[in-house]
Amino acid sequence: MAIDLDTAYELHPQVAIRPEPFGALAYHYDNRRLVFMKHNDVVTVVKSLSQNPSLRAALESCQVEETRWPAFIAALDSLQSSEILRVR
Amino acid sequence: MSVESLVTQLKSGLDAPICLTWELTYACNLQCIHCLSSSGRRDPRELSTEEAKSVIDQLRDMQVFYVNIGGGEPMVRRDFFEIIEYSTANGIGVKFSTNGAYIDAENAKRLAAMDYLDIQISLDGTDAKTNDAIRGEGSFDTAIAAMNNLRDAGFGEFKISVVVTRHNVSQLDAFKKLADSYGAQLRITRLRPAGRGADTWHELHPTNAQQREIYDWLMAHGENVLTGDSFFHLNALGPALPGLNMCGAGRVVCLIDPIGDVYACPFVIHDEFKAGSIRDEGGFARIWRESTLFTELREPQSAGACASCGSYDACQGGCMAAKFFTGIPLDGPDPECVGGDGEHFLANVSRESVPTPTPDHSKLVTIRRRQESLTIG
Repeated sequence: MAIDLDTAYELHPQVAIRPEPFGALAYHYDNRRLVFMKHNDVVTVVKSLSQNPSLRAALESCQVEETRWPAFIAALDSLQSSEILRVR
Repeated sequence: MSVESLVTQLKSGLDAPICLTWELTYACNLQCIHCLSSSGRRDPRELSTEEAKSVIDQLRDMQVFYVNIGGGEPMVRRDFFEIIEYSTANGIGVKFSTNGAYIDAENAKRLAAMDYLDIQISLDGTDAKTNDAIRGEGSFDTAIAAMNNLRDAGFGEFKISVVVTRHNVSQLDAFKKLADSYGAQLRITRLRPAGRGADTWHELHPTNAQQREIYDWLMAHGENVLTGDSFFHLNALGPALPGLNMCGAGRVVCLIDPIGDVYACPFVIHDEFKAGSIRDEGGFARIWRESTLFTELREPQSAGACASCGSYDACQGGCMAAKFFTGIPLDGPDPECVGGDGEHFLANVSRESVPTPTPDHSKLVTIRRRQESLTIG
């Protein structure tokens, strides 16, 4: 399912995120998938998802400018297809 | 960030390894002729249960996601289950390699009940004759019995792990079929001239024609077959194989040996590639982050003799361990360079300049046999 601004998301409970110089590494203990998260601000948004009622609210709370939202939606879309994120 | 810039980033090292290999013991019921760690006899200095748990505590603090446990035969350790259960309970997934000798029906059930656990059964032939010539008499039947026990216990998808030699390249399709018949995943890796493999590599490594066969086979099956990214030296043959295609030694992986010594990778158990001991002050984290060896490995490496070769970007000069144990300089070509440059180098290597793998835990009978073959000539 495509990422939707008004849906609430969360990190999959079987995923661990580890900070790295380039952003973070995410590891999914169930499907054993290792994902490179290559931008720190995407990592910040991902971590804030569970405390926000929607993706829109998460982006706003992280003060991401609206012109950059399409790039974030694309990044989150890819994270959802790796099951790093899921709908809450 | 593109894949290239990510690889550049990874080459300069991570805050902690993505995964690491941890060999729990040098003791083994088998005496495989290509054993990377020259295993056989337990080393009296091996880590105690408490020390092993402290290693896990350190890996947990560094957020290492999973460990590849091996040996020796790791299940020989009486505290094997205690260690792997402690690891998974601390959020560190375990993948362990075994010859299967200790996976009876009861242990298979215990393993099947665990989460975050992968098992690799080592098998080097799809028939007893091919396998046992490498791994010892009866080892094929042992592995198959273990696989049957795992299937019957409902373990799910385990892995069959194959070291590719010139005697089993022709069996790749048969290995895939065998894995499929168990609902298992096939993993094939490159033969390295490390440990006892240094003695047997020249007779066992795939021929140049077979390398093309392996490459074509991986291109056809790549997404469904695991390789530990070990065949990147073949990338000079065409489009890149799946994976990061870089040497991860000291950058994204490393090895902890049974006595707690830390090496750059599982294929270079030699003093020259020892970064320290987890028994030293500061433990594993300090070695990973500060050791001179790992710091050097994360610096840009010279292409050396390969600098003028058009394939260098594809193959990266191949495997450091393969060069080291065949006496080729580290900035020279891989001994199995598909362009033939490795063979040329090998022809000029003097026997005395080839390093001997250290340490050797082979059972004494093997050492005697070696001496006999030396006197015969």
